[in-house]
Amino acid sequence: MNNLVDLDTPASPALATPPRASRAYLLPLIVFVIFALVPLSALWGSQSFILALVTRIMILALAAMSLDLLIGYGAMISFGHAAYVGLGAYSVAILASHGITDGFIQLAVALGVSLIFALFTGAISLRTKGVYFIMITLAFGQMLFFLGTSLAAYGGDDGLTLASRSMFFGSKFLKNDVAMYYVAFGVLLGAYLLLRAIVASRFGRVLRGIRENPVRMEAIGFAPYRYQLTAYVIAGMIAGVSGFLLANQTEFVSPAYTAWQRSGDLIFVLVLGGLGSLHGAIIGAAVFSLLADILSHYTENWALIFGPILILVVLYARGGITGLFGSKS
Amino acid sequence: MTLTLALVQILNGLQFGLILFLIAAGLTLVFGVMDFINLAHGVQYMVGAYLVAAFTTMTGSFVAGLALALPAALIFGLLLEILIFRHLYDRDHLDQVLATFGVIIFLNQAVKYIWGAAPLNVAIPDALSGAIEITDGMLYPVWRLVIIAVGLAVGLALYLVVNKTKLGMLVRAGASNAAMVSALGVNIRLLFTIVFGVGAMLAGFAGAMVAPILSVEPGMGDNVLILAFVVIVIGGIGSIRGAFIAALLIGLVDTLGRFFAPTLLKLLLDPSAASQTGRAIAPMLIYILMAAVLFFRPSGLFPSKQ
Repeated sequence: MNNLVDLDTPASPALATPPRASRAYLLPLIVFVIFALVPLSALWGSQSFILALVTRIMILALAAMSLDLLIGYGAMISFGHAAYVGLGAYSVAILASHGITDGFIQLAVALGVSLIFALFTGAISLRTKGVYFIMITLAFGQMLFFLGTSLAAYGGDDGLTLASRSMFFGSKFLKNDVAMYYVAFGVLLGAYLLLRAIVASRFGRVLRGIRENPVRMEAIGFAPYRYQLTAYVIAGMIAGVSGFLLANQTEFVSPAYTAWQRSGDLIFVLVLGGLGSLHGAIIGAAVFSLLADILSHYTENWALIFGPILILVVLYARGGITGLFGSKS
Repeated sequence: MTLTLALVQILNGLQFGLILFLIAAGLTLVFGVMDFINLAHGVQYMVGAYLVAAFTTMTGSFVAGLALALPAALIFGLLLEILIFRHLYDRDHLDQVLATFGVIIFLNQAVKYIWGAAPLNVAIPDALSGAIEITDGMLYPVWRLVIIAVGLAVGLALYLVVNKTKLGMLVRAGASNAAMVSALGVNIRLLFTIVFGVGAMLAGFAGAMVAPILSVEPGMGDNVLILAFVVIVIGGIGSIRGAFIAALLIGLVDTLGRFFAPTLLKLLLDPSAASQTGRAIAPMLIYILMAAVLFFRPSGLFPSKQ
């Protein structure tokens, strides 16, 4: 019989040997340097397509990385994480449709709404364990999905097109795709460093301890519930930021952002990249998006290839892509 | 007038609930016996609907189509079990969720590839296509009554098999403690393959029964799957009785909620706001119900594991 403790396998930093530990810094460094240089592709033309694709990758990576805090480090398999992306995106669109285009206000609302929703649903979800947790997070995600589809005033099923991207300090610089790109880049880098610090902190060690053995952690005086709820709220807020960016990049929001299939995609990205590895989430997002993009160029039935790849990854590629490098952060 | 309308809604709710039960029964046993989360269960419902559509067109008769679709759904389920799911029993829930998610992505696209993205229509058998008068002036489609009758009959049959036969005893024991049943010399894998096949066939059967009243289209299993999970989580995993009661509860709450929420809200709000809020709240009701049930009883109403 399986249980959630089986999730131990991904991250055991203590086991990493010194040469591999240095790789743990090398790989993320390479990833971010590549991201920083992508806009140079303008020198060879076709910039707008590449910029849009890689911006989307970074936004997906941000959401996946936040989910990794829950699944990879906390063994909390949330199947409703796309809900927060939707909350962030709708915060932008709804405020913009009422003429409030200031990015700081929109961001603050996105963070606030995500915080409240995560606090409320997390407090209930965390009372349950294992598969019940998976299902109840899914249920809360679906609640938001149906709320979105019934918001007739904000487009309902069809979604809502943004009149303009967010403004900062009264400037519309986000309209520029390179600026949009570097904002997403900066947010991803910032979130990566923040999550890295959180994971390495005492809080992060307690969280991993709870993942390994909640009963023992409780016995030595840590209340798992509070730590898990805090992690749940942090992850939700970061995913809310990714929704804020997504709405700005696509200039469109729709309930489809919060569908449970999108939560499934986020988990796929994580497992593809390697659970319990923050840069793994970024690499997973890149491979996922590029794969979907390339396959969809060859055939409109790309899902016929994508589905089996997913199954094969689960069956045979344990540890994901970062597992191949033998590095964990 | 309102009373008759309410009666129609109650019958619709029962019909929806019984369809959910047909799907959830297999899901809860698969889950209870092997601790296996099968997200692809909803696709088996979709496959059942497509199979009946294809065979009905081929033979020109719904009954013949159904007779061919059921064994085909059974074989299809067993094929999935042998090819993929069998390799996932010893994995953790995360792997199971992901791999079966891959099966969904593949099969949704596969039916689109084979039958096209446009919805298919299946005709109701002529003899059952009319409506009958239940009370004065109230007509109700015969086919929906057939679904209710068939759902109740399958529910009764499942109850008898699970509670009165040796196979049922093993399934119940397996849901409570699979390791112990296995240690007592029962081939739990074989038992499970049987449970899985029957579960897949029931889901396919549910799909086939609703094919004439819903449009048969790619992805039609996805939302039903989530509802089936809500049912088994509220009912308690591994419990047929729990699934039955929870399915009827969900069916009624969902159908009546959509009907009455705007009406009830009119007592508090002005009409246009009420209908808008009502339409927003109605689809969320069952999830609110689920959250509430799990808040008070974290392992469902009738947990089979002690």
